[in-house]
Amino acid sequence: MTTAVSFQNVSRHFGSVRAVDEVSLDIAEGEFFAMLGPSGSGKTTCLRLIAGFEQPTSGHIEIFGATAEGVPPYRRNVNTVFQDYALFPHMTVLDNVGYGLMVKGVAKAQRDAKAEDALALVALPGFGQRRPSQLSGGQRQRVALARALVNEPKVLLLDEPLGALDLKLREQMQVELKALQRNLGITFVFVTHDQGEALSMADRVAIFNQGLIVQVGTPEDIYERPQTRFVADFVGSSNVLPPAFTKAAGGPERWASLRPEKIMLLRGSMSSPHKEMNARVTVKAVHYQGASTRLNTVTADGTAINVTAPSSLGKFAEGEELTLHWPASALHIMESEG
Amino acid sequence: MTDSSGVTRRVSDALFRHPLWLLVLLLLPPLLWLGVIYLGSLLALLLHSFYSIDEFSGLIVYEFSLSTYAELLRLSNMDVIIRSLMMAIAVTLGCAAMAFPISYYAARYAKGKWKALFYLLVMLPLWSSYLVKVYAWKLILAKEGIVSWVAEQVHLTWALDALLSIPVVGGPSLSISYIGTFLVFCYVWLPYMILPTQAALERVPGNLIEASADLGANPGQTFRTVILPLALPGLIAGSIFTFSLTLGDYIIPQIIGNSSYFLGQAVYTLQGTAGNIPLAAAFTVVPIVIMLIYLSIAKRMGAFDAL
Amino acid sequence: MRSDGTRPAPMFLKLAAFGGLLFLHVPLLLIFLYAFTTEEKSYQFPPPGLTLKWFSVVWGRQDIWDAMWLSVKVASIATLIALVLGTCAAAAVSRARFFGRDYLSLLFILPIALPGIITGISLRSAFSMMDIPFSTWTIVLGHATFCIVVVYNNALARFRRTSGSMIEASMDLGADGFQTFRHVVLPQIGSALLAGGMLAFALSFDEVIVTTFTAGQQSTLPIWMLNELIRPRQRPVTNVVAIFVVAVTFIPILAAYYLTREGEHTGGAGK
Repeated sequence: MTTAVSFQNVSRHFGSVRAVDEVSLDIAEGEFFAMLGPSGSGKTTCLRLIAGFEQPTSGHIEIFGATAEGVPPYRRNVNTVFQDYALFPHMTVLDNVGYGLMVKGVAKAQRDAKAEDALALVALPGFGQRRPSQLSGGQRQRVALARALVNEPKVLLLDEPLGALDLKLREQMQVELKALQRNLGITFVFVTHDQGEALSMADRVAIFNQGLIVQVGTPEDIYERPQTRFVADFVGSSNVLPPAFTKAAGGPERWASLRPEKIMLLRGSMSSPHKEMNARVTVKAVHYQGASTRLNTVTADGTAINVTAPSSLGKFAEGEELTLHWPASALHIMESEG
Repeated sequence: MTDSSGVTRRVSDALFRHPLWLLVLLLLPPLLWLGVIYLGSLLALLLHSFYSIDEFSGLIVYEFSLSTYAELLRLSNMDVIIRSLMMAIAVTLGCAAMAFPISYYAARYAKGKWKALFYLLVMLPLWSSYLVKVYAWKLILAKEGIVSWVAEQVHLTWALDALLSIPVVGGPSLSISYIGTFLVFCYVWLPYMILPTQAALERVPGNLIEASADLGANPGQTFRTVILPLALPGLIAGSIFTFSLTLGDYIIPQIIGNSSYFLGQAVYTLQGTAGNIPLAAAFTVVPIVIMLIYLSIAKRMGAFDAL
Repeated sequence: MRSDGTRPAPMFLKLAAFGGLLFLHVPLLLIFLYAFTTEEKSYQFPPPGLTLKWFSVVWGRQDIWDAMWLSVKVASIATLIALVLGTCAAAAVSRARFFGRDYLSLLFILPIALPGIITGISLRSAFSMMDIPFSTWTIVLGHATFCIVVVYNNALARFRRTSGSMIEASMDLGADGFQTFRHVVLPQIGSALLAGGMLAFALSFDEVIVTTFTAGQQSTLPIWMLNELIRPRQRPVTNVVAIFVVAVTFIPILAAYYLTREGEHTGGAGK
């Protein structure tokens, strides 16, 4: 498989701030790749390095085998969907979409036809004569997508493109984007701070923290087998258990993660079927969430454990004593301390 | 990748690889103009204030000396400085008093179309011809002008005469008195006070005033303890203009006022007919220093945010 | 501000506010009235009679035409220079962060922060030191200095409101620096530049303080008016010229107001 984007020890420093620090990364052609991390973790800077808006302080970037350093954005076969969409307010939707073709010198008739096609692709046929200000947030987002896709880029960069949309629209766009990427076969690089978005759409996910990539893998890898405490906590708010606890619960003396939804619980003094993997806890707080209830509990030695329990188990009270138990396979021993 | 021919593309590439060149290219022309021509002449002028004039030949002696500044401290020259300062203070206070109700009304009560109209009605006199405005007041204040006529119609000539007979500020007619000079200064600089004051008042949230009333303050207390402190940065920002403009003006006191000199006139006469550039330069240092002190006080009071 | 606006304003506030506005506008209206008076030796009120003859007198006066032509010429050139230099300066200050940027933006507003007389006398002594004779260009030099500030302020405000990602989007879509300037930047700042240019023209057309120092024996329209004010000959003629000056400055100011209305205001710029 061809490598679409390759980072080799890439750093980008702003003064003393290391926005991106010695990152190495390969994104394959045709891949839907997500960059996930909290704000300020360096994911957007990585995207801007691919687009050409930033230049690396050190290291080497290749796009389809060609050196990218010093190549201006307008000479890269890469297009971006901006977080604020960055539509040109003084142009119609059609002229916005046709902009890339216009500056390349494509004749007006051909340009308009292609722009109409692109608008049809994003389910906005016939919107060409409107102004961006006359569109809703979701429609603007689609125009921004069409404007990028009309140039037939080899890599499409999306910077938190769904961040400004409401929940329902966001879920719909997730499905559409995924389908679009499959049909077009273009490499998508997608930046987000929403782990649900990254896990549901991407083929592979890179987790960023403080300018570093802390883990790259498939969504299953990331969710089931977090390599560091940061990943375990950031992706799906896993319980991070200290070595002493892991040992007492029957595992090796190592840091481990345990998903709240994999924990079962017994009320009162019933005994557990998983004799080796259990813990006695006291309920500290109860968060009713509809179908499920989230419990913050704590063991006698002070380890906090969050549990997601089906609401069908009935009401829980603060101070109630519970026995938690889980299958040995649910406990994930982490490779690194980080 | 895309077409790499074309001179503009290659220039664009070069500027992309060297963003500093672009910055230099953009900054060089305005910097040459303002930095060299404007700042250069300003510094050359200030340098002149350290030279002196030979009393017998009337020629400039190009040697460093503080004698020009010593001359500045002479009674007759100090008189001019103090007179200008007093006028600047009076005009600033007068403008503030007149600007506040207009700004307050525009910020709190005018809405939609009316607000736009209000703004325009303040903007137009601000930008319209300075000389025309001064000239209009010559018509109004002249001995045979409108004020005298109105006073006569309503049988208040005695009041006007009483006003004009006040020592120092009075005179033979309004157009030849300090009162006249003061009025015209206030008129010409008033919009400069209204705009920043209105901007500052716009930023006072209405619920703050309600909160004050809710806590039992009467309107007077609310005004003193809530509205005035919040409007103060705007008033000070406006006063920067009224103060600076009054100090530097030499045309208004020349056309409307008795013939005593103000700073601007002194500078104008000294550099012109008297040919005493060093003393003229020393005189210009006075408003610069006063304005620098004034600006640093204003900055500390947060007036720059209201500009 | 808005929550209690339904309550009517107190009477004294209304009176003070509208009184203030009247104070600002009545004197300008009087200029119009006096242009029609038959009395030419004094400012007698009310005018003893009304006439239109002063308009034809102005029409026939070559000195007024000469002064007007000089004013138009100076204002046009100064505005053109200001448009180029002011836009360059605003682009640099708004886009890039560099050492000394704050001092630079201070330098760019200095010509209006300091009294005009200081600009005037500085330029005059510089001209005499370097033996530069007075000409149209010496007047332009002085005017452009404060016109730059007006354009700079307008352009800077617009640059700050224009999203930076728009320029990146253009480059991303394949447009080089020049294409981006032509198709994206210029349409974005165009109306601000037009407004700034119009204000600069109005300011230059009306300027008298700096001009008295840089004009020598030449006479712009405001200089002509100043001379008439100090040594009046036919007083109503001055009024006719004043009406003309008001018209020439009001129109661009109104136009500039409507061009920048959607954004922030352009006021606060001194002379």
